[in-house]
Amino acid sequence: MIKDFKRPILHLICLAPSLWLFHQMWLWYNFAPHSLTANPIEYITDFTGDWTVRFLLISLSVTPLAKIFKFKILKYRRAIGLYAFYYASLHFLNYTVLDYFFDWTLILEDIFKRPALTFGMIGFTLLIPLAITSTKSIIKKMGKNWIKLHRLVYVLTIFAIVHNYMMVKADVLIPIIHASILTVLLGYRVFSYKSKKSKRSNKQLSGDRKHEAIVS
Amino acid sequence: MLIKIKNPWELSENDVTSVGNYKTRRDFIKAAGIVTAAGMMAPYGALARTLTAAANPYDGRDIKEELTDKRAILGYNNYYEFGMDKSDPSDNAHSLITDPWSITVDGHCEKPGTYGVEDLIDFNALEERIYRMRCVEAWSMVIPWVGVSLSEIIKKLEPTSKAKYVYFETLEDEAQMPALLRGVIKWPYKEGLRMDEAMHPLTLMAVGIYGETLANQNGAPLRLVVPWKYGFKGVKSIVKISFWEDEPNTSWMRLAPHEYGFYANVNPEVSHPRWSQAKERRIGDFSRRPTLKFNGYGEEVASLYAGMDLRKNY
Repeated sequence: MIKDFKRPILHLICLAPSLWLFHQMWLWYNFAPHSLTANPIEYITDFTGDWTVRFLLISLSVTPLAKIFKFKILKYRRAIGLYAFYYASLHFLNYTVLDYFFDWTLILEDIFKRPALTFGMIGFTLLIPLAITSTKSIIKKMGKNWIKLHRLVYVLTIFAIVHNYMMVKADVLIPIIHASILTVLLGYRVFSYKSKKSKRSNKQLSGDRKHEAIVS
Repeated sequence: MLIKIKNPWELSENDVTSVGNYKTRRDFIKAAGIVTAAGMMAPYGALARTLTAAANPYDGRDIKEELTDKRAILGYNNYYEFGMDKSDPSDNAHSLITDPWSITVDGHCEKPGTYGVEDLIDFNALEERIYRMRCVEAWSMVIPWVGVSLSEIIKKLEPTSKAKYVYFETLEDEAQMPALLRGVIKWPYKEGLRMDEAMHPLTLMAVGIYGETLANQNGAPLRLVVPWKYGFKGVKSIVKISFWEDEPNTSWMRLAPHEYGFYANVNPEVSHPRWSQAKERRIGDFSRRPTLKFNGYGEEVASLYAGMDLRKNY
């Protein structure tokens, strides 16, 4: 028996966009009607990029939602974060394999000469150590350092959204929406961090007073 | 002398397409299968009028490249007035009313006024032109246009010696163009050419594709085609032609002056600041191919830019 029946459903939902994409690619490969437009590789680029940012934002929403609404979803945070890495990897593979077919001259020129690409690449690179350190044993071993390292997710999400903003030709509506959501999520973190800190210092203060009382 | 050919379409298609390519193209037709395309074809087929075009020195028969599938030409478009996605124009452009249509002509010319499409374009002198079209987004097509040289129209309008540039505007009508409300670009869409570019025989005012009148999403009822420049210079659904002394400030120049210049000549050596222009993907192909300078029309047009620094005048 499966202990948590919600988990397989979560995996299915997170995989769904990519399964749909693979199905459409299979149709494309077989010369059948598909939904990838007349320029499938560009469509795949946009599709996998959009889902990367969506999963990054969803993974960042887990903690606030769990705390505010008391949802018991914290245990799914790691899986959702890994799906962001999964879609980012598809995005990167599509770019290097399908789009430029290992044309490293052009790829390296892109990454080092064009800030939009540089930001995207930095974001993806930062995501790699986070994905690697997602096993239970490593989390245990790293302790507090794990939390510190995984705060990088905010930085790399900024990189991802800036990359998206810069790549768009004219219509920046979607990256602006994403940036707004990220701002709210970051604002919540700063707010809860500050209130926690003031609570802690209050406690410390009252503790000190007790101590004083005992001493005197 | 222009020689009339009754069915120029089969003839010219065979000319540019070898049997092997032809088969590939059949496969691609199956493959391109933008799901909605089959549904879209019927209404356009019903509306579209067959055009008869004559042979001409610039018909592009020497382009030994495969024609892009009609469904891709109809279903993969940048026409922001109808939406930002590539499939939006084919989904939404049915709301465009192209008949009646009037074009305002003003500026430095002897014959200003308001004209109908038939006043400007002699439908008995239509020519077929198979041109490469290179989008600034690094994809390309090969399109069999039908139209007349823009120079034929300009001659009718008799520009004065003060006319150094030709300026064009696309229709701006919120009732017909749902995406205007988004204001992504400051409407109407504006484009322009230097007079010598406008008078060049390759510069086409198109009224058709694949032997039929233009579909709305392709810029009906008349649009500009400048094959050696990036596709965005090909202003669609034109309602205004003006003769100016000064260089027009075009829509893309306003939006991002560091990225889009007035000339916008296809040039693999000058990168777009955000992506390389060295290679392009021909719609229907898997891998990219090298982009040709002036989109392969250098022999005809390079002299227009003699002595100019193309890196500065991008």
